Amino acid sequence: MTDPNTTLSSLDLEAHDKTYLDANELVINMGPQHPATHGVLRVILRLDGEKVLGLECVIGYLHRGVEKIGEHRTYTMFNPYVDRMDYVAAVSNGLGYCETVEKLLNVEAPPRAQHVRVILTELNRIASHQLWLGTHALDIGAITPLFYTFRDREEILKIYEKYCGARLTTHAFRIGGLQYETYTGFEKEVKNFLTFFRPKIDEYEELLTTNRIWVERTKNVGIISAADCIAFGVTGPVLRASGVKWDLRKAQPYANYKNFDFDIPIGENGDTYDRYLVRMAEMRQSVRIIEQAVDALPEGPIMAKVPKVMKPPAGEVYHSIEAPKGELGYFIVSDGSTQPYRVRVRPPSFVNLQALDVMCRGQLVADVIAVIGTLDIVLGEVDR
Amino acid sequence: MHEILQYISGYLTSDKTPGAAGNMFWALVYIMLVFGGLSVAVIAMNWLERKILAHMQVRLGPMRVGPHGLLQPIADAIKLLLKEDIMPAEADGFVFWMAPLIVVLAAFTVFVVVPFGPTHAITDMNIGILFMLGVSSLSVLGIVMAGWASNSHYPLIGALRSSAQMVSYEVAMGLAVVSAILMTSLNATGTGTLSMIGIVQAQQAQGEWFIFKFFPLGLIAFFIFAVAMVAETNRAPFDLAEAESELTAGFHTEYSGFRWSLFFLAEYSAMIAVSSIAVTLWLGGWLRPFPNWLSGSPWDQIFSFFPGVTFLFFAAICFFNTVRMPKHPLFRIQTIGLAGFGVVLGLIGLILFYPPISAWVQDIFWFSAKVAGFMYMYIWYRGTFPRYRFDQLMQMGWKVLLPMGLGVLILTASVALLQEKIWHP
Repeated sequence: MTDPNTTLSSLDLEAHDKTYLDANELVINMGPQHPATHGVLRVILRLDGEKVLGLECVIGYLHRGVEKIGEHRTYTMFNPYVDRMDYVAAVSNGLGYCETVEKLLNVEAPPRAQHVRVILTELNRIASHQLWLGTHALDIGAITPLFYTFRDREEILKIYEKYCGARLTTHAFRIGGLQYETYTGFEKEVKNFLTFFRPKIDEYEELLTTNRIWVERTKNVGIISAADCIAFGVTGPVLRASGVKWDLRKAQPYANYKNFDFDIPIGENGDTYDRYLVRMAEMRQSVRIIEQAVDALPEGPIMAKVPKVMKPPAGEVYHSIEAPKGELGYFIVSDGSTQPYRVRVRPPSFVNLQALDVMCRGQLVADVIAVIGTLDIVLGEVDR
Repeated sequence: MHEILQYISGYLTSDKTPGAAGNMFWALVYIMLVFGGLSVAVIAMNWLERKILAHMQVRLGPMRVGPHGLLQPIADAIKLLLKEDIMPAEADGFVFWMAPLIVVLAAFTVFVVVPFGPTHAITDMNIGILFMLGVSSLSVLGIVMAGWASNSHYPLIGALRSSAQMVSYEVAMGLAVVSAILMTSLNATGTGTLSMIGIVQAQQAQGEWFIFKFFPLGLIAFFIFAVAMVAETNRAPFDLAEAESELTAGFHTEYSGFRWSLFFLAEYSAMIAVSSIAVTLWLGGWLRPFPNWLSGSPWDQIFSFFPGVTFLFFAAICFFNTVRMPKHPLFRIQTIGLAGFGVVLGLIGLILFYPPISAWVQDIFWFSAKVAGFMYMYIWYRGTFPRYRFDQLMQMGWKVLLPMGLGVLILTASVALLQEKIWHP
């Protein structure tokens, strides 16, 4: 077991470069075709029997050059591309991008648009966490929660489909607000979903939270200290489970999150079980936020005045939001033309994945799977 | 000529009791019946597992091949037989070829001593239970061979896990079995038995299934066995050897086609085999439920209807679903097929009401029903539990089940001794 207080300096990172020809070591390739690496992640494991001596992630199998594409598209044209990064939380990606360009253009979306954005983004957080829960439980061997979470996630996707016609890569937001007004009965349907979904969280928890095998498999597994989290730049539920109360929705309020009342759930031990609890609590908090947002949904325009041809003033901007997986940042440099000079994305999965080695050292092969699951990575976002 | 005919007729009318001399013919008949039945059971189990698991997971399971996917296992079997048989270039050919054979032989051979009834067994060995434990543990050899011969890392790790797991759980399993065998010696002559038929007859003579004997000692021993047998057959939550999310498919990662299906067949028949041990040792084998409480002529009559009623019930389910089938022309053949299946089941049910036949299948029915209960538990475990980690599995085997098994063994022996010497000398 890794001592929760280990810091980077106490880990022998140099040992990584040792030759792979030690007779006691077994080097195995996990992935890129492997059922539990959540896509095309390749992990080179160095094992001593079942014990993990170290590991190395090989990424890039899903690289599509999203950032480079951004340099050759106008600001509006690039908007749908960001949905393809974290495809299970496409709405969050869109929100981050739209807000960044709005910051660059110095416009602000009208209040109604802000509210709808919050509702859809929080629904997306729930959907993303549901997918995480299902696949994480599947990796640990519980095959049933996957189907329950997918059944309930379907309701969210239905709302998206009705709102903008797409289920996964929604392209729900536009720079300056929204393209579409909400459909008739939107509020009612969202509220229906909330009443439907609240008992479902209890159902998931009933299956897992006190399940002896689940607790044994996740407690004290993949521990990462708060200091390590900060050193690696790990954000999101992983950081909060280590006891750091850092949520961009509170720390640097964007959209209109400051209008809503919600808590930031944090963990203590920074182990897989705490990360599980934090995400479960986050789903409940999201339900709270959506409820307030739907109740206070104002009337009014949904689009701010933005020029047809966007030519932001030359300059650079960095804006980040709290995506379901952590801090999702966009850094855009404008040279005053219709296309960005440079788009750089700070994806939470990519940064969080770096901590995998530290979290898995000294643990068993089965724990590597649990930790990959608990980091909640999406390879589309890691590789971009 | 006449002498030969006389010899044959004498052979056919000879003693049908398993293990008795001169019943080679009946042994052959039972071998055919048992292996035929076992194959059908594995196919049925395959379909049932997929259906039950699916219904636990809010989905439908196979629905396309045949009505309600009834022909899916057959389609799968044909697909597996037609598939290319791949042997990795670096594999050790002979060992790679031998491994599935050993596993499947071990899994099938144990059924030689399984008693489906007092007269329904291939043979009755006087060391039956020992034979069963011994042969079923041979399958670990095949698994290690498969993992080694594949010359690949995942199968190797899977095979190592599997062998360690099976060896360590066999100890606890053996202790639980010994405590049940001790109970067989509580009779007038004080001699116990290792014969599978003898164990059930001992339960009959003592008027008590061993699960209830010396409550809760029998129950604890049964519990230890019930846990160990899941680990022994590498099923969830102890399916580390073939942990899909960790080791892709464990020891049979490199196998495909028919060789793979042999492993599959062996896994399911091993499940049925260990369940048969549990049923024989603790749940009274072929004995019907409530032999003491609901005894006498009306109850015997009522219980003899059970096999027929069960088949009629299945037929009723078929007819119910026939009515519910979509009325689209595309589904016509499936609807007819389902109705036909229901008719076949119903006819079997009606035949089973015929007194001589119903008396003949009684024992087999109760035995199979109890084993089917265990099969359902296996599926249920798989739908409910996450997977144990390797060290936790070992910890449970050596630190929990083994001491428990030893304790139960000692207590059972002490209680039995006390009963024999002090309470009822």
